[in-house]
Amino acid sequence: MINLSDIMETVTMISHENLDIRTITMGISLLDCADSDIDKSCEKIYNKITRLAGNLVKVGEDIETEYGIPIINKRISVTPVSMLAAVSGGDPVKYARALQRAADKTGVNFIGGYSALVHKGFSAGDKELIESIPRALAETENVCSSVNIGSTKSGINMDAVRLLGEVVKKTAELTADRDCIGAAKLVVFCNAPEDNPFMAGAFHGVGEADCVINVGVSGPGVVASALKKCKGDLGEVAEVIKRTAFKITRMGQLVGTEASKRLGVPFGIVDLSLAPTPAVGDSVAHILEEMGLEVCGTHGTTAALALLNDAVKKGGVMASSSVGGLSGAFIPVSEDAGMIAAARSGDLKIEKLEAMTAVCSVGLDMIAIPGETPAEVISAIIADEAAIGMVNSKTTAVRVIPAIGKKAGEELNFGGLLGEGPIMPVNLNSSPKKFIDRGGRIPAPMQSLKN
Amino acid sequence: MKKTVITIIGKDNYGIIAAASAICAENKVNIMDITQSVLGDMFVMVMLADISAATCPFGEFSDKMSAFGKERGLDVRVMHEDIFNAMHRI
Repeated sequence: MINLSDIMETVTMISHENLDIRTITMGISLLDCADSDIDKSCEKIYNKITRLAGNLVKVGEDIETEYGIPIINKRISVTPVSMLAAVSGGDPVKYARALQRAADKTGVNFIGGYSALVHKGFSAGDKELIESIPRALAETENVCSSVNIGSTKSGINMDAVRLLGEVVKKTAELTADRDCIGAAKLVVFCNAPEDNPFMAGAFHGVGEADCVINVGVSGPGVVASALKKCKGDLGEVAEVIKRTAFKITRMGQLVGTEASKRLGVPFGIVDLSLAPTPAVGDSVAHILEEMGLEVCGTHGTTAALALLNDAVKKGGVMASSSVGGLSGAFIPVSEDAGMIAAARSGDLKIEKLEAMTAVCSVGLDMIAIPGETPAEVISAIIADEAAIGMVNSKTTAVRVIPAIGKKAGEELNFGGLLGEGPIMPVNLNSSPKKFIDRGGRIPAPMQSLKN
Repeated sequence: MKKTVITIIGKDNYGIIAAASAICAENKVNIMDITQSVLGDMFVMVMLADISAATCPFGEFSDKMSAFGKERGLDVRVMHEDIFNAMHRI
C-alpha cells in the first residue's frame, strides 16, 4: 500500500493548499469549416465544436469525482478565426456569436481563438478581424481574443502594434459599464505558443492535430507551503520547488491522459505553469515573499522569480511526456492576492513588472491602467513587451485594462478568476507618439539567424 | 481490479471505522488494507479498497462516504489509487 504520509500529503495539498487542475482545454481545428458563405461557415463551426466537445464538461466532472482532484475550468481553443474570415469575408463578429453559441451549448467557461497572427504582416481577413475585436468582446460573454504581433523569427509588426493600442482602448470603452471587462479577454502576444491551454490567449495553432486535449496545472499554494518548511539556502529552495512541481505535473499528466482516453482525442501537452487565483493561499507573489522578500516588487523580485520559473520547469519536465504552452510562473496582477496587495501598497510598479516579465512565462498581465492613457502609450507598452520576448526568444504578452473614466489608485473589480485590483500609474509625462506613428516593422534580431 | 483510497480525518471518536466499513459492505466494496493512527486527538485513517464489484456507481459511493463524514464532522475523501501512484511513484 502507498505510504500513509504520501497519502496525507496529497490530501492536504488538495484540501488546504488549493492544489487543482486549472484547466482542461480541448483544441479544435476549424480549417475544414471554412466556407465562402459566412453563415454556412458559422454553422459548420458550431456543429464541429458541439460534436467534439459535447462531452468535455461531463468527462471533466467525472474525473474530478473519481480522482478527488478539482478541475476548475473546462475550455475550448480553436483555429485563429481570421483564417476563416479570410475565406468568407463578411462581418467577423458573426464568428464570435457562433463561438458563443457553441460555448453555451457545451457549457465551457471560455472559448479562445478569436485571433489573428500578424507578426510579419496582415493577410486577408486579419485587419477586419482585429478591428472587430472590440465589438466581438462586448457582444459575447465567454469568447477570448488574442493577436500575435511579433516573433523572434520575424521581428515586430509595428503597424499591428499601433492598431492594437487603439483596439485595446476601444474594447475597454465598449465594456466601460462592466468594469471594462472586454480588455481582460484580449491578449497581445509576441512568440505566441500554438498549444497554450490558458485563457485569454489560447488558440489552436495550424500545425496542431485536428483535435487535442491540453492541460494546465496550478498550485502556487502548494509551492508556498513547501517553502515554509525550508530554512536552507537558495539552492535548497530551488530543490524544494522542483520536487513540488514534479508532483503537481504528474497529476496534470494523469488527468490529461485520462481525459484524452475518455474523450477519444489525442493528448497534447501539459502546461507547467504556476497559475494564481485571487483566493488566499494561491498566490505567486506569496511564494516570492516566502523566499525572503518583504513584499513582492521590492529589489530582488526579478532574481527570485527567475529562480522560481526555472525550478518549476526543471521539476515539471520529467513528470510529463510532453510539455508545452507557456510553462512557467504567471504574474497576473488582478488574479493574485499578493500582487494586488503589493500594487495597492505601491511596492509593485509597472516598470518592475516589465522587468519581471523578462524572466517568467508571460508578460504584463491583468494590469488596470488609467482610462486617460492614450492609445499610443498602450501601443508603446505592447512594443516594449514584444521587444523583450523577441530578443529573449520567449513568449511575452500584454493584457492591460484601460479603466475608462477612472484614475490611478481607484479600483476595478472583474469578479471570479479575473479578480480585482488597483489602477496602476503609467508614465504619461512624455509621449512615444512619433515613434509609434512611424509604423513599419522592427527587423528580426540576430538571434533569429540560427540556421 | 479497480482500487480506491478512502481517507478519513477528524476528531477521534468511537465507531468511525465500524461505520465506514459498514458503508463499504453495503455497497460490496472490498477493504484490502487499512491503516490508522491517532495524532493528539486527531484521527487519521486510510483504507485501500477494491471497488470493481461495487453495486453502485463510483460517484454515488463517494457521495455516501462524504455524507457520512459530514454527519460525524469528519473530512472523508474517496480517491482513485492512481493519483497517489502518479504523484509519489516514478
